[in-house]
Amino acid sequence: MSDPTLLIMKGITKSFGKMQVLRGVDLEVNYGEIVALVGDNGAGKSTLIKIITGVHRPNDGEIWYKGEKITLHSVRQSRQLGIETVYQERALADLQEMWRNVFAGREITNALGFMDVAAQRRETERLLREHMGFTSTAITADSPVKVLSGGEKQGVAIGRALYFHADLIILDEPTMGLAIRETDRVLNFVRGFRDQGKAAIFIDHNIFHVYDVADRFVILDRGRVAAQFAKSEITQDELIATMVQLHHTGTLQ
Amino acid sequence: MTAENGGAAPTGLRTWNASAFVREYRLQISILGILVILYTVFLVGNPLVFMHFQIYQSFMTTMPFFGIMALAATYVITLGEIDLSFPSIVGISAWVFGTVFVTTGSFGLAIVGCLSVGLVTGLINGLIITRIGVPSIVATIGTMFLWRGLVNVMSQGKGIALVALRDSPLYDVFVGRLFGVIPVQFVWFVALAVGFAFVYRRHRYGSHLLYVGDNQESARMMGINVERVKIIAFMQMGFFAALAGIFTTSEVTYFWPTQGDGMLLTTLAAVFIGGTSVFGGAGTIFGTFIGVVIIGSLEAGIIAIGLTGFWVRFLNGLLITVAVSVYAFMLKRGR
Repeated sequence: MSDPTLLIMKGITKSFGKMQVLRGVDLEVNYGEIVALVGDNGAGKSTLIKIITGVHRPNDGEIWYKGEKITLHSVRQSRQLGIETVYQERALADLQEMWRNVFAGREITNALGFMDVAAQRRETERLLREHMGFTSTAITADSPVKVLSGGEKQGVAIGRALYFHADLIILDEPTMGLAIRETDRVLNFVRGFRDQGKAAIFIDHNIFHVYDVADRFVILDRGRVAAQFAKSEITQDELIATMVQLHHTGTLQ
Repeated sequence: MTAENGGAAPTGLRTWNASAFVREYRLQISILGILVILYTVFLVGNPLVFMHFQIYQSFMTTMPFFGIMALAATYVITLGEIDLSFPSIVGISAWVFGTVFVTTGSFGLAIVGCLSVGLVTGLINGLIITRIGVPSIVATIGTMFLWRGLVNVMSQGKGIALVALRDSPLYDVFVGRLFGVIPVQFVWFVALAVGFAFVYRRHRYGSHLLYVGDNQESARMMGINVERVKIIAFMQMGFFAALAGIFTTSEVTYFWPTQGDGMLLTTLAAVFIGGTSVFGGAGTIFGTFIGVVIIGSLEAGIIAIGLTGFWVRFLNGLLITVAVSVYAFMLKRGR
């Protein structure tokens, strides 16, 4: 338990046909830490997180999670291990009730597969009030997701991860398309997560949000980790300058 | 439905609320309204016929044939998919039913053969759609011709007389008359409708149907096995088409090579009148049930009130067009 490292990835490679997307990525995530993955489009960020969430399998490399070497082969398995992903708002089904969304793929059922709808509704209601900060009585566990604002939807997606006791939460562009006030709310969710001693991997195009919330920055470039910095080692302007330089020259020198 | 005691919501706001009820069940209420209006017209137009049990007995005999398939089709359409091949599955499975019965003399073996054909043809649809990636509308046009063609080749266009079915005790289990008056197939239909409704609303599988139909990508991200959900939907469609084949064949104790033809549009019309969304992710079994009752009584009703048979299609079309337009309008406003 004294080991502070939650996730270790060593030499991860992945190619799709002839296209090599990851060329040996090393990544570590500690408990109580928010790691930002930054890099240009095509740097391999989303492929890397899809490997962590079990969508893709790496061609080569090792993954260690909570001190054990693991092989991830499905989304379901990752979720059972406590790895949750928040994909923008697109991982919600708009016409369905909140409770159906919260429990999608992990319904509370009896042996025959029939759901305990009352329990799912009750838990969703509790989640709404206690963890997501919904106060309006117009929104209940029975409301379809389509009536929510973008920030509220993101809250549901994050709340869903919290409910299932995730230890590692992966946020893929969680603030895209949100109003400023709603962005603050999402960033607060993420900070709250760290305060519980859990870890997060954060991907966002907006470098101001990234700098604001993350403890460490891992810069990916063309399938490799080009550099990484703790927040104390680099200012926001330096981080931006580094990324621009990488983009133009492909090196840090 | 909304009166759960979870959360710390202020009291007073959770009491039963008529307008919220109407809003939540507006589709079901509208379809029930259509049924009531229709039957009012029938009762006023020809009280003699519609005040007597005989016409209802006739409805109860014929409705289950396509009604059972409408229940199954509701699942497929909830996924945002379509199956056009089920009338041909009725044909091929009924041919197997008739042939096995004639060869072995066993009603039970005929049932097993028939239902297996339904499952296998449904599985083939499911595999073509999920593994090969052909859109369901195209794939099932293909299998629609395929199975109908196979029926024609195998039967050489000839029917099979099956009067001996009446001697089996199973005959009464499928198409007997309960208390001498109620067609047993209608009891099957009602029981199946209840089962379908429970699975749709309360079972994990029903929830996955709705979720996949609403947002397939999201379902995948949530770890739902989208392909499996789809394959099961097409398999149950095939299974219940085969079951409908057993009912129709047993009722008339005859197999004919065009069996099932003409059921496609009535079945789908019942589902759409019932308010199931063609875009997927929304629907009700209750709506489909009422849709079946409406479609199943329309023809006889139109004749009974004194219009000629020429009106049947026209009024059928009018009803469907108005119903689906009203639903689309409601959904738009509900956003």
